[in-house]
Amino acid sequence: MLIENLLLLFLIVCAVLVSVTKRLLRAVIIFMAYSVVMSVVWIFLEAPDLAITEAAVGTGITSILFFLTLKKVHQIKGTHDE
Amino acid sequence: MNKQNKKSKWQHFVDWVNGEEAIGMPKKISFKKIDFEKLQEDFEKYIWSGRKKAIFYMVMCVFVCLTFIGILLHTVTALPYFGGSNNPASNEVVQRYIENGVEETGATNIVAGMILDYRAFDTFGESNVLFLAVICVIMLLKKDKYNTTEQEQREEKEDEMFEKEDSNTILKRIANLLAPLLFLFGIYVVLNGHISPGGGFSGGAIIGAGFVLYASVNGQQKMQRFFTYKIFVRINVICLLTYCILKGYSFFTGANHLPNIIPKGTAGALLSGGLILPLNICVGMIVACTIYGFYALFTKGEI
Repeated sequence: MLIENLLLLFLIVCAVLVSVTKRLLRAVIIFMAYSVVMSVVWIFLEAPDLAITEAAVGTGITSILFFLTLKKVHQIKGTHDE
Repeated sequence: MNKQNKKSKWQHFVDWVNGEEAIGMPKKISFKKIDFEKLQEDFEKYIWSGRKKAIFYMVMCVFVCLTFIGILLHTVTALPYFGGSNNPASNEVVQRYIENGVEETGATNIVAGMILDYRAFDTFGESNVLFLAVICVIMLLKKDKYNTTEQEQREEKEDEMFEKEDSNTILKRIANLLAPLLFLFGIYVVLNGHISPGGGFSGGAIIGAGFVLYASVNGQQKMQRFFTYKIFVRINVICLLTYCILKGYSFFTGANHLPNIIPKGTAGALLSGGLILPLNICVGMIVACTIYGFYALFTKGEI
């Protein structure tokens, strides 16, 4: 029970931080952390299929697509067109 | 001269589709002499009115947010207790699924039985949504000779040169070790979708992640040896059509009270569950292709 509450607290903190962070790259990484914790929470809620999907889609693919988009619009350091 | 400039309506339409013409575009854009002093005055006025507007918008933003938070929290307090037996969600449908699910669908994973047998039409819609999404991304991001300049092509070639030169040996070795394991695990999850947790979507997502890892380490040219645009389109279309035909058949027989000749098999065996296994494979292939397609189109603009 304590672990579940800690995870839920972590989810709320992550969700707030994503919208507050100024740097987009950091926001994406925090979002990844949110997804990882969410997949653990799905296992606690006895939904293992959702946990697998969340781990693959939420953590892996969405964040890769976000990174690629950030690279395309030159928001990651080191990819500036200068 | 006049005849050449005058285009037919069809030609206008073709230009509009190609993005060379907008509806209601003025034929000639004239540039007047710009009065700089007036422009500056206007600009300062605009800035001042803009600041007032910005403060107004900020206050309204916070207000609207707080109102919505209040409404949602109020709704949460009115919701029934989680897992209660008197909830509207626990009605005869749930009971039927849990009690007769294994017998009627032949799948030990009741979730798979639900989404690919009782509610298979919804899953078909989901696959179609994925297909539409990838079509939209192809329309927007696919590179052809109309939407690239020479400079972009040169930059791309330079990028490829750099990719060949930098050698992250550790990364490459580890990724080459991991990618086949990811494929294997994904295929396992897809094939055992009706027995254990998982299914077409999650397994397909894992296979797609494996594709992405392989392509990001080895470059897309190696990927194109076995996965080209043609194969991508064919797999997507064939899988969607197979799903449509298989499920259309079972809906046709079920809705008309005809006997279903597809054997259910013993529950728990790999070849059981009637149509669930082929449907899972179809969904998995569509999802894997779609995810790799997104990655390829986002990076290079071609599959």
